[in-house]
Amino acid sequence: MGVRRRLYPSRRPPISANKTKVRAGDRIFQNLTTGAGVLVVALIGLIGIFLVVQAIPALKADGVNFLTSRTWVTNDPTNLRFGILDLALVTIYTSLVALIIAMPISLGIALFLTQYAPRQLARPFAYVVDLLAAVPSIIFGLWGILVLAPVLSPVAQWINDVLGFIPIFGKGNIFPNFAGTIFTAGVVLAVMVLPIITSLSREVFERTPTPHVEGALALGATRWEVIRTTVLPFGKAGYIGASMLGLGRALGETIALAVILFIPQAGHFDWSVFDGGATFASKIASNAAEFNNPTSAGAYIAAGLVLFVLTFAVNFAARAIIGERQSA
Amino acid sequence: MKIMRPMGAVGIVASAALVLAACSQESSSGNTPTSGAASAATATASVACGGKTPLSGEGSTAQKTAVDIFSQEYAKACPGQTVNYNATGSGAGVKQFNAKQVDFGGSDSPLSGADVDAAKTRCGGNPAWNLPLVVGPISIAYKINGVTSLTLTPEVAAKIFNGQIKTWNDPALVAINPGVSLPSTPIQVFSRSDESGTTDNFQHYLAAAGKGAWTQGTGKAFKGGVGNGAQGSNGVASAVRAADGAIGYMESSYVTNGLTAAKLDSGSGAVELTPQNVAKALDAASFKAPGTNDLAMDLDKIYASNTPGAYPLLLTTYELVCSKGYDADTAKAVKAFLTVSATTAQQPIANKGFVPLPQSLQDKVLTAVNAIS
Repeated sequence: MGVRRRLYPSRRPPISANKTKVRAGDRIFQNLTTGAGVLVVALIGLIGIFLVVQAIPALKADGVNFLTSRTWVTNDPTNLRFGILDLALVTIYTSLVALIIAMPISLGIALFLTQYAPRQLARPFAYVVDLLAAVPSIIFGLWGILVLAPVLSPVAQWINDVLGFIPIFGKGNIFPNFAGTIFTAGVVLAVMVLPIITSLSREVFERTPTPHVEGALALGATRWEVIRTTVLPFGKAGYIGASMLGLGRALGETIALAVILFIPQAGHFDWSVFDGGATFASKIASNAAEFNNPTSAGAYIAAGLVLFVLTFAVNFAARAIIGERQSA
Repeated sequence: MKIMRPMGAVGIVASAALVLAACSQESSSGNTPTSGAASAATATASVACGGKTPLSGEGSTAQKTAVDIFSQEYAKACPGQTVNYNATGSGAGVKQFNAKQVDFGGSDSPLSGADVDAAKTRCGGNPAWNLPLVVGPISIAYKINGVTSLTLTPEVAAKIFNGQIKTWNDPALVAINPGVSLPSTPIQVFSRSDESGTTDNFQHYLAAAGKGAWTQGTGKAFKGGVGNGAQGSNGVASAVRAADGAIGYMESSYVTNGLTAAKLDSGSGAVELTPQNVAKALDAASFKAPGTNDLAMDLDKIYASNTPGAYPLLLTTYELVCSKGYDADTAKAVKAFLTVSATTAQQPIANKGFVPLPQSLQDKVLTAVNAIS
C-alpha cells in the first residue's frame, strides 16, 4: 500500500498534463501495468477470501477455543476440537531460532563480501550463497533429519545436561529423543534463510555512499571503524528488513520441517528448543493427503489463514522498514 | 554445474545398473518356486487386450507403487494400453470414483456407509465391488543395540504402543522372550505424524488382537498417546533407526539397514514376517459378504486369528470397480488391467514389500474380474 501511494502522485501528473497527446502505446502499456498490479492484489484478496470462506464452517463447529487450545482432533467432523496455540508457538519459535543463528552469520557474510573480499572472489562467492536458495527444501529436510540430526543430537543432549536448568534448554517433550527437535529444525531453517538475508544485506551495504566511506578513511578510520561508522548505520534498516523477509520465509517453510520435526503424542510445547511439534505449514502438509471431508479440511485451512495473516504482517513490517529507509 | 553434469549422468547409469542387477537377481530367484507353500499362485494369464486407453484411476497412496507396477506389466501384456493412476488418498479416490471422474478407485478400506449407495448410482444401479489386489504386511520394527530377535504378542504390542510398558526389560517382555537379554533402555515409540491407512490398520489390529489392552480406539491418526510422530513411513523408519531402544510400525519394505521386524505370537508360537506366513493368514481370510464377488475382507477376523504359522498383521488395499454399468470399451480395459494385476503383476510387486495374492484369493479375484460387464 505504501508503495502505491508513493508512486502514483509522481507518475500521474505528467500523463494528465499532456492529455491531448496520449499515444496508443502509452495507454496500452499503462493499462497492462495497472492490470498486472491489480491482478496481484486481487489474487491475494481472493486467496484470503478462499481461506476465510473455507475456514468458517470448521471454526463454527470447533468445540474448543481456536486461539488458545492446544488440542488438534479433526477426524470426526461432528466433533471437531482444534486450536492453534501450539502450532503458532512452534512456528514462531523455530523461526526465531533460525533467525538468531542466521542473522549474525548473514551479517558477517554480507560484510565480508562487500568490505573485505577482493572483487574477483566476492562475485563467485555471492553466487554460491545465492545457490543455496536454489536447493529444494525437501533436500534440506532430508539432510537435516538424516545427516545433521545424528550429529546435533549429542550436542543437544550435552546442552540439555549442562544448561537444562534454563527453561529454553530444558527437557523436551520428545525426550529422550534429540533428533527431531525445534533446535535441529532451527539450524536447518537458518541455512535456508541465509541466502535471503545475505543477498539483500549485501545489496544494501554495497550502496553505502562512497563519500561517506572515503570521508571516514580520510579521517584515519580503520576498516572496522569504516564499517561501524558508515556501512552499518547506512545499511541497518535494510539489514533488519532483510531479516524480516527471511523470517517470512522461515514461517512459511513447509516440507523441510514436516520431515524433520517429531510430533510428541503426549505433552505440549513448553518453551524448550528440544521440544518437537508441528508448525502451521508442516501440519497442513502432513495431512493434506487425507482431507476427506470439507469440515475437517476447514480446520487446517483455518490454521493456514492464521499463518497467512502472520506472514503478511511480517512481510508488511519488513517492507515498511525498508521503505522508510529508502524514502528518508 | 558444468562439472556436475557428467558426474550426474554417471550416477544415473550406475544406479540404473544396480537397479537392473537387483531386478534380474530377484526375478531369477522368484521364478524358481522356493517352497511348496500354499501361495504358489498363477503368474500368467490369457488377457483379452483392448478397450479404453488410457484407463484412469485415483486414490490410495499406499498402493501407488503397486499400481505403477501393475501399469507397467499391463503395458507389457497389452502394448499400447496405459493406465493413469493418481495417488491422492483413499478419500479422494472414493469421491472421484463415485463422481464418475475415474474408471476405478483405489482405497485402503472398502466402501462403507453412504459411499456404497453413491457407488451404486455411479454404476448405473449396479453394486460396486471392492477387489483386494494389493496386500502388504505391516512390520513392527525395532532397534535395540544387542538384540537381534524379539517376539511380541498383540497384547504386549498394544501395551508398548499405549505407554503401559515403558522399558525393554519389562517382565511382560522378558516372559515372552526367553533367552533374550533385554536391556533396561527406555522404549521410544514412533508413530506416523500424518494421517495414514497404515496407522488405521495397525490400531485395528491392536484393538482386535490385543485382548482388551488397546482401548484408545482406531482411526487414521495414531491415538496411543505415547512417543513421537514422524512424517511418513520413511520418517518413522529413519527415526527408529537413529535411536537405541526405538520401535515403530511401518510397511515391511521400510525394514532395512539396522531395523529388525519383530515376530508376532498370536497364541500359537512366534511367527516371522515372511511372504509365506502372510499368505497363510490370507488363506484363512473371510469376507464381509461371503459368497459374492464383493471381496471386502473382514480384517478384524484375520487380526484376531491364531492360525499357527500365520502372520496376521497386514493391510489390504482395494480397487473399486463397477460390477456392471461400464460401457463396453471401458469394461474390456478394466478387465484386462485387473487380470494382469492379479496374475503376472503380483510377483513383481513382491519385490516392493507387498505379498503376492495366494491362490485361493487370486481365484476369487479373477472370478470377480471375469464377472465384470
